[in-house]
Amino acid sequence: MELSYFAIIIGAIFVNNVVLAQFLGICPFLGVSSKVDTSLGMGAAVTFVMALTAIVAWAIQTYILVPLHIEYMQTIVFILVIAALVQMVEIILKKVSPSLYQALGIFLPLITTNCAVLGVAILMIQKEFNLLQSVVYSVSTAIGFAVALVIFAGIRERLELDGVPAALKGIPIALITAAILAMAFMGFSGLV
Amino acid sequence: MQPRKEATMNKMQIVLSGILKNNPTFVLVLGMCPTLGTTTSAINGMGMGVATMAVLIMSNLVISLIKNFIPSKVRIPAFIVVIASFVTIIQMLMQAYVPSLYASLGVFIPLIVVNCIILGRAEAFASKNGPIDSILDGVGIGLGFTLALTAIGAVREILGGGSIFGYSLGISDYTPLVFVLAPGAFLVLGYMMVLFNKLAKK
Amino acid sequence: MKSTLFNMVAVLFTITLIASAGVGAVNMITADAIAAAKEQATKEAMANVLPAFDSNEQSEQIIDDMPIVVYKAIKGDAVVGYAVESMTKSGFGGVVRLMVGFSPEGVILNVNVLEQAETPGLGTKMCDEGNALLSSIKDKNSGDIVFKVKKDGGELDALTAATISSRAYYDAVARAREAYWVACGGKSAADGVSGATSNSEGNAAQKGGNNE
Repeated sequence: MELSYFAIIIGAIFVNNVVLAQFLGICPFLGVSSKVDTSLGMGAAVTFVMALTAIVAWAIQTYILVPLHIEYMQTIVFILVIAALVQMVEIILKKVSPSLYQALGIFLPLITTNCAVLGVAILMIQKEFNLLQSVVYSVSTAIGFAVALVIFAGIRERLELDGVPAALKGIPIALITAAILAMAFMGFSGLV
Repeated sequence: MQPRKEATMNKMQIVLSGILKNNPTFVLVLGMCPTLGTTTSAINGMGMGVATMAVLIMSNLVISLIKNFIPSKVRIPAFIVVIASFVTIIQMLMQAYVPSLYASLGVFIPLIVVNCIILGRAEAFASKNGPIDSILDGVGIGLGFTLALTAIGAVREILGGGSIFGYSLGISDYTPLVFVLAPGAFLVLGYMMVLFNKLAKK
Repeated sequence: MKSTLFNMVAVLFTITLIASAGVGAVNMITADAIAAAKEQATKEAMANVLPAFDSNEQSEQIIDDMPIVVYKAIKGDAVVGYAVESMTKSGFGGVVRLMVGFSPEGVILNVNVLEQAETPGLGTKMCDEGNALLSSIKDKNSGDIVFKVKKDGGELDALTAATISSRAYYDAVARAREAYWVACGGKSAADGVSGATSNSEGNAAQKGGNNE
């Protein structure tokens, strides 16, 4: 009995939300998410890169690392693949769709060091997913990332207008807000 | 911070600035993923901190030694290869000699590669300073990170599990589990950051 | 240093080469230690799920494309139990590995979770002492158990708010039982010895019918 696709999708978006339950991709979560628009852009860019990474990383693991018995090179190879992939996406996007590049371009360099991308690539191998499961898992994780980012940005836009105690201003209040959001997301635990 | 000023800094100051003035967790707010993800107990936080410190010291040393041979355009990829190699080495050493700690830190060990602290220090310090200073910077920042993670882990372990470094304090019936879970991580880090900045400013 | 195509490629290539050589060397040094650490973990898990024993015989089976290892524990001349290292891929966090101890009569002595990535505080309870999953199968004869949680019309308890983790746990235990049956050639080792058919292959085939 394999884990059903439905369980993978709901699990990755809500129950084990990449930001709020697994703590991956916290840097862009705290850094980029002060406006809803930029959060959407970042979410879209991450989804795109994660889907590509899933396919490439899965293929490399299955057809290169495992047959050659050099699974221990995984970390090095994956990070280089992600860096190269991000560069490539940037170049292609610039040529093919300048308007999309304008929208997503500034987020792309940030993605290489977004630990959610490398994290998902390593996790999907660890979970022994097949190719389709890996892609579904990465895309749902990325959607979960975008959902968390957008909700959080919405809250922070409101927060700007409120009188926050001086000591809590900036990152601390963002973290405390995230704590409450994480608590809300824990309500999804019993879903599947 | 000016590189020239850093170079003339007294050796002790390099180490101390990593712990207090440039504390990676509470002041620079870098490396948040492992900070939140691995501090479910004091020992896990400490293990993560020490592993990161080891990678940081080694990568700082190597990068400061080879910095003159690297063409500036491929600087970042070259740094990433160096860092990733040390992470893989640490990963294998931990798997061999502290397997239970390795298991509980899980995916966050390979993720040291994308910890912004390490690439950040490579760029900001090691690529401009000599090997000795770079090692000291690694020690300082690494200690700052380790101390912060251990402190957060200790607070979460006491509040959530009623124990410290695995020793039960006999209050586990009354402690809210939520501090060990995800929301507790954000909450404890948020308030500890406030406390640190309040104390550091004095 | 100035960047030309030649020196960029050369430097990156050299660094990668040295780095991979270094990593490869450390891998060779640590490979034995990693294997020893894994073996140590397996030994501890076996000690946890079985009564005291002197030596063990190891055999591997492939069930549903997953490798299942059976350790037959021997003390003196007598078989004192079987430890089965089983797994499932249907956990909420993917793979769950566990070690199940069977007495020669087929009673489940204990279960030790070796590896899991379930939701902290919910699915991870499967590792706790005396959790609902363990207590509903512990000290029961494995032959009598139908591995189904109450939600699916069975009789076994599940962990609160972690049905998928609970199903995965029982799935892995059920697979362990299957491997145990194959290894001892009957519904229990006692069957295999006292039963008329001493041919283990015959028993394996006979077992096939009972297998659900």
